[in-house]
Amino acid sequence: MATLTATRHSTISPWRSTAQRGVVLGLVVLFIALVGLVGAFAKKDLVYEVISVGQFLLLISGFIGGYITGQRSEHLGIAARVLHGTMVAVISGVIVALFLLLATTVDFRDILVNSNRDLFAVLQFKQEAPLSGAIVLVVVFAVTGLAGSLLSLPPQRWRAPIMTGLLVVLLIGLLADLLDVLLVSGPFKPLAEFLFPRKGISVPGALALFVVSAIVSTIWPFFGQVTTPARKWINSPGRKPVKFTLIVAVLVPLIIVLPWVLQLYLSDVMTNVGIYILMGLGLNIVVGFAGLLDLGYVAFFAIGAYVMGLLTSPDSSLALSLTFWEALPISMVVAGTFGVLLGIPVLRMRGDYLAIVTLGFGEIIRILATSEVLLPVIGGPQGILGIPKPALFGLVFKDAQYIFYIVVVCALIALYVSWRLSDSRIGRAWVAIREDEDVAEAMGINLVSYKLLAFAIGATFSGMAGGIFAAKLGSIFPHSFNLLISINVLSLIIVGGMGSLPGVFIGALVLVGLPELLREFAEYRLLMYGAALVGMMLIKPEGFVPAQQRKRELAQEDVFPEELEEISAPAVAEEVAS
Amino acid sequence: MSLLVANMVTKRFGGLTAVSRFSMEIPERTIFSLIGPNGAGKTTFFNCVTGFYTPDEGDIVFNTRRINGLSTDRITRLGIARTYQNIRLFQNMTAIENVMVGQHSLLHSGLVRTLAWLPVLVEENKATTRARELLEFVGLKGKGDVIAKNLPYGDQRRLEIARALASDPQLLLLDEPAAGMNPHETTAIMRFIQRLRDELKLTIFLIEHDMRVVMGISDHVTVLDYGEKIAEGSPDDVRANPKVIEAYLGKPVEEV
Amino acid sequence: MRQRLAGQLAFTNFVVWGIGAAVLVFVIVGSIATISKGIYPPDVWASFIIFGLAQGSVYALIALGYTLVYGVLFMINFAHGEVFMGGMYIAFYVARAFEESGLLDANPFLALLIITIVAMVSSMVIAFLVERIAYRPLRRAPRLIPLITAIGASFFLQNAFRGLFGPSTKVYPDVDILKGNWVLFGVRILKTQVLVIVAAVVIMIGLYLLVQYTKVGRAMRAVAEDKDAAALMGINVDRVIVITFVVGAAMAGAAGVLYALLFKQVTHTVGFIPGLKAFTAAVLGGIGNIPGAMVGGLFLGIFESVGPALFFAGLNIPAPNQLKDVIAFTMLVMVLIFRPTGILGEALSEKKA
Repeated sequence: MATLTATRHSTISPWRSTAQRGVVLGLVVLFIALVGLVGAFAKKDLVYEVISVGQFLLLISGFIGGYITGQRSEHLGIAARVLHGTMVAVISGVIVALFLLLATTVDFRDILVNSNRDLFAVLQFKQEAPLSGAIVLVVVFAVTGLAGSLLSLPPQRWRAPIMTGLLVVLLIGLLADLLDVLLVSGPFKPLAEFLFPRKGISVPGALALFVVSAIVSTIWPFFGQVTTPARKWINSPGRKPVKFTLIVAVLVPLIIVLPWVLQLYLSDVMTNVGIYILMGLGLNIVVGFAGLLDLGYVAFFAIGAYVMGLLTSPDSSLALSLTFWEALPISMVVAGTFGVLLGIPVLRMRGDYLAIVTLGFGEIIRILATSEVLLPVIGGPQGILGIPKPALFGLVFKDAQYIFYIVVVCALIALYVSWRLSDSRIGRAWVAIREDEDVAEAMGINLVSYKLLAFAIGATFSGMAGGIFAAKLGSIFPHSFNLLISINVLSLIIVGGMGSLPGVFIGALVLVGLPELLREFAEYRLLMYGAALVGMMLIKPEGFVPAQQRKRELAQEDVFPEELEEISAPAVAEEVAS
Repeated sequence: MSLLVANMVTKRFGGLTAVSRFSMEIPERTIFSLIGPNGAGKTTFFNCVTGFYTPDEGDIVFNTRRINGLSTDRITRLGIARTYQNIRLFQNMTAIENVMVGQHSLLHSGLVRTLAWLPVLVEENKATTRARELLEFVGLKGKGDVIAKNLPYGDQRRLEIARALASDPQLLLLDEPAAGMNPHETTAIMRFIQRLRDELKLTIFLIEHDMRVVMGISDHVTVLDYGEKIAEGSPDDVRANPKVIEAYLGKPVEEV
Repeated sequence: MRQRLAGQLAFTNFVVWGIGAAVLVFVIVGSIATISKGIYPPDVWASFIIFGLAQGSVYALIALGYTLVYGVLFMINFAHGEVFMGGMYIAFYVARAFEESGLLDANPFLALLIITIVAMVSSMVIAFLVERIAYRPLRRAPRLIPLITAIGASFFLQNAFRGLFGPSTKVYPDVDILKGNWVLFGVRILKTQVLVIVAAVVIMIGLYLLVQYTKVGRAMRAVAEDKDAAALMGINVDRVIVITFVVGAAMAGAAGVLYALLFKQVTHTVGFIPGLKAFTAAVLGGIGNIPGAMVGGLFLGIFESVGPALFFAGLNIPAPNQLKDVIAFTMLVMVLIFRPTGILGEALSEKKA
């Protein structure tokens, strides 16, 4: 996060920036509380009976306030840093406390819906009276702010273990229910009982996790050094086939076994993640490779789903009753064709207009699908029902676990296509178009063909995802195909990294998987997506797993190669003149 | 044999006529220069040749084929390549990637072959080798993996030329190739352009302000002023032409 | 292969013009069918038009925000719809309080004035925050980035309101004095519609005066024309940009109150579609062109109001009003494809692609 380090501290007095930071932090915490996140998480225990996730959110805010202030005031003395860090947290705590006092006297509930007893209970840290609760709140903030600023003092080597420990405890705590279910049914049962006896992590469990992860993070650099020769060996040019075989040998059994380990609910989640990965790979080609911001992407998903429904369902207006396997390629082709059709009008448009037009297309299709006009054909608001599950040699893919395999295979196909395209003449042409369209044309690149190709392939993948989606659900309704899906897919490739293939996987796991796993998040998904988009653009526009090319375009720093200095100017001039 | 023939080419932008009834012929394997004061319409004419603009009147014929009205990518594939006045490299690509894009029109890997992977391997390998050779030819040996925006100015100009050569053109349009160069570099570029004509058998069409370059290497010079041709001929003819002198330097004071 | 590619450009043009022509034919045929069948009497058409004017006034005010911001920053402020929603939403609570206290009926114009001011201020605060937090740091980034940020900001705002105030629909109270209608030349006009149109015109005149005759307005025009030259003239460009955002937001806030008077219902998603339609209006009139945004808004409002009846009824298409938004979005798509510079022409000096 080096990019956030501002260097303007010399011109603003430290107290003024502390006050600013404190107020901002206080308002942010208040916002998080009033939007409902604190309350929603209050019921979930992080560490059993000790601290709930909701309370953890409060604590971590104070902590972060202290930490960042301490980090940014490196030019002040140690005592000053700690003081300012603590004060930032205190100020924010005071703001929240003031609101608490106000809200317990005046009832805001019919305006700010989360200003209710549950929230107050959390804010008051289980004190009876609001006033004592407010005081405890401020004290807690002060303590966490102090801790945060203290932690910002020592060098990175000392900080890392503690941060890692806290992070691990948080993650495990959030996923406690999930892990409990997973571990309990296998050989790890005693571990499950130790860590998760009731709700959340047990106290000894939390301590153990903290200590273990702190130790691991300290040892990690040494571990890295020890394995360096091995890693170098496997990454050297000739060994690529070996590396590839190893990866395949590990992943394939894992994937085959996964649905059975995860059982039904989680397999369902993974299947959804997989469908989004498919869509993500498609949009990645349109946005990430070719640089065309298509906001109407959900239209192709809808088309794929509807084609599947129309062709396979005996209740549809066509009543052709094709099999899933026959209908899927047709879905893909139809979706791809629409991709070309919708791409043709936007070929010469500049970026923002292109986004809006594609958005318009998506909305037009959505409204038409819901309308009465097309009802006889595609079922209107009632959608299409009775879509049969895929079947192969008599085996019906009726549960999510089986559909998972279909999704995996399709995702692998899409991954292969994306990979081949990126490292090819076509991929280079797309990058050229993105960088400078006019010059790209002067290179002999036919803009029309390449842009339409991107649209077509992106739409095809989306149609594939739509077809699988329809078969999985058994029935489709037009209301589910709205702009939010396009935004979902866009968010996940942004977070993962535009144009980056592993990024799509990471993005999908984080933005689609996590909300499904953390049920409390469900209502706040869109809020998170919005914040994620803005946050990523401000902090790391190239994504978390950036593609090399995009990193150069978007990241803040310039990388200057060392080689350049070795080549001397006179020598080169000699060559040219000869 | 004339490689490029322009016949009464006119290009207007709203009320402004940038190029007016301009005719010229470029013989094969010559260095042909287009000069004139700033704003005379030289780059506009270049853009008409490459298809970026379509002339309002007149024709441009390349290799006995009418090219005005064709799309830019088509024209490139017919054998015309160019460099730009203010360098327009693909800034975030490496040098060799820039040259590889330049080879686009010569390569054949379409969608199917790319997906099949094996057919493409050989072609990509050959393309990479040729790209390295081109880089070496322009004096950028070993700098293939440097990102274009990090190259020094002179190297960027050379890279642009390498990229233009990559499409194996017959006619190379160079827009102020010596801009911003010191005398030593200018001499180098002059000799380099002559090599292009002699060794690679290219025809060079040049816009240039540096008279040393123009007079030093041109086989033929045409002068443009306010969109109209005011003189043409050998470098010596043009240098002595009073209209040319007037266009650049203005009328002598006594006559005012 | 080469021949195929050469013809491809012509083919795509053909497809595009074909689609455009098809839409045009559909519209004309539908209109002729409807009028010849005489489905609606003239006074009903008149009421459609009046309603369209009222709706269009709202769009025009919102469109001004888009056009002003595009003029200075060359970016589409995707979050503008939420600025519109925010003002309307927060002012709702004031309106409700006034209704409960009786002020709304006792002194309706004072109440409405205060409600409008609250809405405008709320919108201005939201716009200010969005500009400061999300847009300003990205001023020099490649074009795609601020656009994505704007989309993120839009979703964030929508759901922030949902989280803070709950997902239920808020309904603006009725104002007694505005109930009912007047009859003019045999046409029934709702009192609210009249108020909306008049208020919008007043505000637009105010904006026009501001932009043309005040120092601030001149600075705004200068920055829109050429940022660097303006800076050289001693204009604080950052401040002018903020002012532009805020003025546009004030327009949107006022539009929010007018919208609430017409439609009464407020949810966190109420800004999205009107936002898009207002953007259409801004482009229709020529983005960056202030009178253009006004004209575009009114035109779109009428077009959308009259459209379903005019185009669809004659062709016996069921439930034409469901397709109201399709008409607006189709207009959006058509304008951006065929005439992105707008009907009145862009007021921008050059294309900044």
